Amino acid sequence: MELTVKIFRYNPEKDTRGNYVTYKIEGNANDRILDVLEHIKGKVDGSLAFRRSCAHGVCGSDAMRINGRNHLACKTLVRDVGANITVEPVLGLKIQKDLIVDMDPFFDNYKKMLPYLINDSPLPADGRERLQSPEDRARFDESTKCILCAACTTSCPSYWANGEYYGPAAIVTAHRFIFDSRDEGAAERLHILSETDGTVRCHTAYNCTEACPRDIKITKAIGEVKMAMVTGKLD
Amino acid sequence: MAKVHQFDVIVVGGGGAGLMAGLYASKTAKTAVISKMYPTRSHTGAAQGGIAAALGNSEGDNPAWHMYDTVKGSDYLGDQDAIEFMTNEAPQAVIELENMGLPFDRTPEGRISQRPFGGHTNNETGKPVRRAAHAADRTGHMILQTLYQQCLKNKVNFFDEYQVLDFIMVNGKAAGVVAVELSTGELHTIHAKAVIFATGGHGRIFEVTSNAYAYTGDGAAILFRKGIPLEDMEFFQFHPTGIYKLGILITEGVRGEGGVLINGKGERFMPKYAPSIKDLASRDVVSRAIYTEIKEGRGVDGKNYVYLDIRPETVNKFAAEDGRTNPDGSKFNLTAEQVLKKLPDIIDFCRVYLGVDPVTQMMPIQPTAYYTIGGIPTNKFGEVVIDDKNTVMPGLYAAGECACVSVHGGNRLGCNSLLDIVVFGKHAGLKAAEYAKTAEFEKLPENAESAVLSGFEALRIGSGKENVFDLSNEMKNVMFSDVGIYRNEKDMQNALEKVRELKKRFKDVSVTDTGKIFNTELLNAWELGNMLDVAEVVALSALNRKESRGGHSREDYPERDDKNWLKHSLVWSKNGKLEIGYKPVVITKHQPKARVY
Ligand SMILES: Cc1cc2nc3c(=O)[nH]c(=O)nc-3n(C[C@H](O)[C@H](O)[C@H](O)COP(=O)(O)OP(=O)(O)OC[C@H]3O[C@@H](n4cnc5c(N)ncnc54)[C@H](O)[C@@H]3O)c2cc1C
Ligand code: SF4
Ligand code: FES
Repeated sequence: MELTVKIFRYNPEKDTRGNYVTYKIEGNANDRILDVLEHIKGKVDGSLAFRRSCAHGVCGSDAMRINGRNHLACKTLVRDVGANITVEPVLGLKIQKDLIVDMDPFFDNYKKMLPYLINDSPLPADGRERLQSPEDRARFDESTKCILCAACTTSCPSYWANGEYYGPAAIVTAHRFIFDSRDEGAAERLHILSETDGTVRCHTAYNCTEACPRDIKITKAIGEVKMAMVTGKLD
Repeated sequence: MAKVHQFDVIVVGGGGAGLMAGLYASKTAKTAVISKMYPTRSHTGAAQGGIAAALGNSEGDNPAWHMYDTVKGSDYLGDQDAIEFMTNEAPQAVIELENMGLPFDRTPEGRISQRPFGGHTNNETGKPVRRAAHAADRTGHMILQTLYQQCLKNKVNFFDEYQVLDFIMVNGKAAGVVAVELSTGELHTIHAKAVIFATGGHGRIFEVTSNAYAYTGDGAAILFRKGIPLEDMEFFQFHPTGIYKLGILITEGVRGEGGVLINGKGERFMPKYAPSIKDLASRDVVSRAIYTEIKEGRGVDGKNYVYLDIRPETVNKFAAEDGRTNPDGSKFNLTAEQVLKKLPDIIDFCRVYLGVDPVTQMMPIQPTAYYTIGGIPTNKFGEVVIDDKNTVMPGLYAAGECACVSVHGGNRLGCNSLLDIVVFGKHAGLKAAEYAKTAEFEKLPENAESAVLSGFEALRIGSGKENVFDLSNEMKNVMFSDVGIYRNEKDMQNALEKVRELKKRFKDVSVTDTGKIFNTELLNAWELGNMLDVAEVVALSALNRKESRGGHSREDYPERDDKNWLKHSLVWSKNGKLEIGYKPVVITKHQPKARVY
């Protein structure tokens, strides 16, 4: 079938601002949007720039706006969106070229969450693993799935309004550690998140949860973090 | 002029091997990790099933069994000193990952949970053993995250989205690398005492593959062009279960949980090919079995695919026939709920890409190009060795999928790669830092980046009548069909000639983007150059090895030939010509014998 693909183009070395270019190409209902972009880059305009790697939704490279909503291009099929396709970069991060945005502020927020296990207690004397029950392990399973694609943070109206907000992805990372029974850094992270750029900026717009390609219930996770802040309890 | 930076140790690659190397080297040496993608995008994150270690958490196991299984899996081409080293280190390596925070799944006792995986056995009973430590079906993702997090915690330096284009060698020693900063197009020279390559594999030379776009063999190609040989490049692993046409991997963990392969006539066929461990035989064996079923007309609807079935009723029926029990001896009974919990990503892939729900429907699968077994020759410390006498090149190291230690020999066992990257990444990092402690910086040549600049220039000024996308597809097609699962003289000769023709045409490739900022067109063209260089070595090595061993199966030489071919092959580029050589396999405990499953 014929696809009409409208793509946001911006080359800072040439253009003062971005514009849309429409491409008409042949495609299949089962093609990934990433395949469509590859085809355009390969056969029509080699200068089109976007990030990609794994091509099956696990590396987090290719979050973009497809028909107005954040998706991974490699996990969205033509049959999901139809033959008229508009592709734009995500909102809220500086556009560097075409569909590529500056991810550094996003990773900076991730780093602010102390994203590593904090546990200064001695390791088990037998030289083996720390023990954790399957129930304790299940407690934070959801938030371990995050691939740092930024689809959530860049769909969040609070983040658009104030780029200082750490954003939902950072809170998901904090959640992954706060609720890990082996971690001892919860108080520190909850303190960071209680600052003005933390969870108070979340107004449960729910966009993040809808955008997440890993089906993480982000709003719920943020709610649990907020609750822990209030009660000081982690269950 | 390129910007110049100086580090004791520079690690090229931010996947599992590179991060582990960076983490360990940075403990005592000024270290940076440089990666063409944000490290968390690396392909280690795609690994699903698990990491192998004889922890014995659910049932009796020991490193000696793991060693034997790996030697046997390798079809006796793996170096046994290195294999023994790796399997002995394995339990501690996995425990270290847990201690770093990796969220492994747990047993009821709270220990790291383990599942069976192809080729891993209890050496006394010959039955599958639970050796693969796992975190659902995203073990690689969790390893990548955990190691990246540890690097942040330990303040390792990163150059994110910098692509290394050249290796600087002075007086036969490592002196640094040249890289381009993708967001600006600026060149950077990184002056270093020690350089560790951890750039991953080259599966993108094949049409149907589970590999990321980034798997273009950059590290292997860069070093090869500098005169460093590549080892055992004929060995490339085809994973039996890729999603039909797309190549996306369906982990062996599905069969570990009891899934079975079913042909177009609805029959379970693996018992015919591997009577004792059936669907959990080694990957090369299973890939060939599928291919044979298809060739003999038992594909689904006469097409080139078969089914993988994890529907609980099927699994339980065959588990009862096989007499499979739980670790505590109770009856094995898989429920739909467990499938959803243990294999969430697999379920998701099938639903998204196929519209198939594995709990109620069978998955259409075909073998997919999966793992680069050959590569940059190293010893068990990650030191790159450049000839048949294993002479070390001072200051140069390699680890992970780009390296060939060789622990995988002719065929890699499942879950041994995540183990390989963790163990050898660590040791390469330690060795490099130790070397940097006493070594001096070599003096950088004037204009270290000139080779890169002229390479780019050549890409830009070609006549422009050839298209990167088309050339790349032609290469992938011929490599998949002619240097694939079954091979013969005529086909491989054809592939070799084709690749050589493509190399010539590559000189006239068109690059339209003249900009500097994220010029992905130029870099994709450069990567195609790497793939063509690597593909030529793969085709030549495969053509040259006149026997069948592990993943290298020749229709014209169907038997393993230990008399003539129990040796590693090496290919060098010398004055624009390829030269072939050999080196012996290290055999310590296990003499070669027939390989039956
Ligand atoms: C789908 C899939 C599932 C798998 N499942 C398993 C499993 O269950 N168990 C198992 O043991 N193994 C598994 N494997 C294999 C295993 O995951 C890989 O072999 C291993 O992770 C490779 O790690 P690495 O560190 O060598 O490479 P990678 O993680 O791929 O890292 C390569 C790094 O090099 C960088 N790089 C490359 N070129 C350049 C350049 N020119 N300049 C700068 N940087 C560069 C990249 O940015 C990246 O950071 C699987 C593989 C696949 C594809
Ligand atoms: S939470 Fe989901 S949407 Fe947000 S970064 Fe992680 S994977 Fe992407
Ligand atoms: S390319 Fe990896 S998530 Fe899409």
